[in-house]
Amino acid sequence: MSLCHSYMPNYFSIDDILSSQERVSCKIEVKLPGLGYLDVSSESPDLQSGTKLDLPHWLAYPMNSRTHPFVSIEVPKIYKEAYREILTADACAVALNKWSCYFYEFGIHLAQYEHSDCNLIQDLLLQAFKSRFRLVMDWAHNTGTDPTVGLQLPILERKLFLTGRKSRCLLISWLKEGGGSIETSEMVANHKKRKRAELEDENT
Amino acid sequence: MFGEKALELIKELERSAEGIPPFNDDGIRQVLEEMRILCQANFDDIENPTTDPPNYSSVRVRHMAISRNKRCILAYLYNRLQKIRQMRWEFGSILPPEIKSLLSEPEVQWFTSYSKALATYMRSIGDNYGLNLATDVTPPKSLYIEVRCLVDYGKLDLEDGEVIFLKKNSQYLLPRAECEGLVRQGVLQHVTS
Repeated sequence: MSLCHSYMPNYFSIDDILSSQERVSCKIEVKLPGLGYLDVSSESPDLQSGTKLDLPHWLAYPMNSRTHPFVSIEVPKIYKEAYREILTADACAVALNKWSCYFYEFGIHLAQYEHSDCNLIQDLLLQAFKSRFRLVMDWAHNTGTDPTVGLQLPILERKLFLTGRKSRCLLISWLKEGGGSIETSEMVANHKKRKRAELEDENT
Repeated sequence: MFGEKALELIKELERSAEGIPPFNDDGIRQVLEEMRILCQANFDDIENPTTDPPNYSSVRVRHMAISRNKRCILAYLYNRLQKIRQMRWEFGSILPPEIKSLLSEPEVQWFTSYSKALATYMRSIGDNYGLNLATDVTPPKSLYIEVRCLVDYGKLDLEDGEVIFLKKNSQYLLPRAECEGLVRQGVLQHVTS
């Protein structure tokens, strides 16, 4: 069992930690003494083989390693045939964040497993991203877009959307004023807003 | 399930993406306690194996949980430090008391020593005159700019010895270099018409 798999984009990445928390349903293959408490429904002190459990990816992946697998895994349904067909039909019409907020990141994690369903995941992600990217770009560049639309996107697309939007705003202000004006720091501005809100709360 | 408490810490960070959450002393302690219990269980399993031949599968599972907890704690501390470093550039070398109360004691110390290191560095460059890296974040267009005062700030000593009194809602034409910091701190507003 190898514990060292590389971390993307780095060891401290919050998004990577949260995306590796997504759950994979597993079947225990080897009896694990003393870990019975992982399965809430059983009262035995040991985790018996054959138990089905939803384990987070960070635990499931090393347990499913090639040489000594403790568990066998099942690919979540959103990456399986039926859902794949929905995405192939029209990826833009899907509210991907309802499937999973970390659709892409978790998909990349899943593609590392040795499982027959996992080979197709990479292609699926690429196709889905390619067809949705134009839509996200359009939203980011169009001033008429409702800014809350970003909240309906999975994390990867949401970040792209917000970055695109920000750079668009910067471009507009540069074209209008030629730049050079000094702005209040972003953190200071946010801090003031919060302070004002607290003051108003106290007054009411 | 393992690592729940540690995940809570990470989620706290994620929720307050634009600010910094109060340092969760209690959360950290609980995670460390969980790691200690897991570690102890591993030692017990290795020293007194219950089965023959010994079955070390559980030891591995616990070890993964320990590694995960470690990663979460380190990520929590590291990402906070990144934010605190950014604050040095945005708020300046003195933090507002409301923000300071969100930091832990070692973090405040880190901020002070970072500030000190930065100041030493800025003094050492620029041909013996020192160079303030926090000024001119955007390229200046003119030496003087028009600013409006947003709060009753009080006295401001200018470099040429003149002292002016910054009052709320009044406008001044000031040397850019001397008021940039105040604009960044939200005391003044740069008026462009």
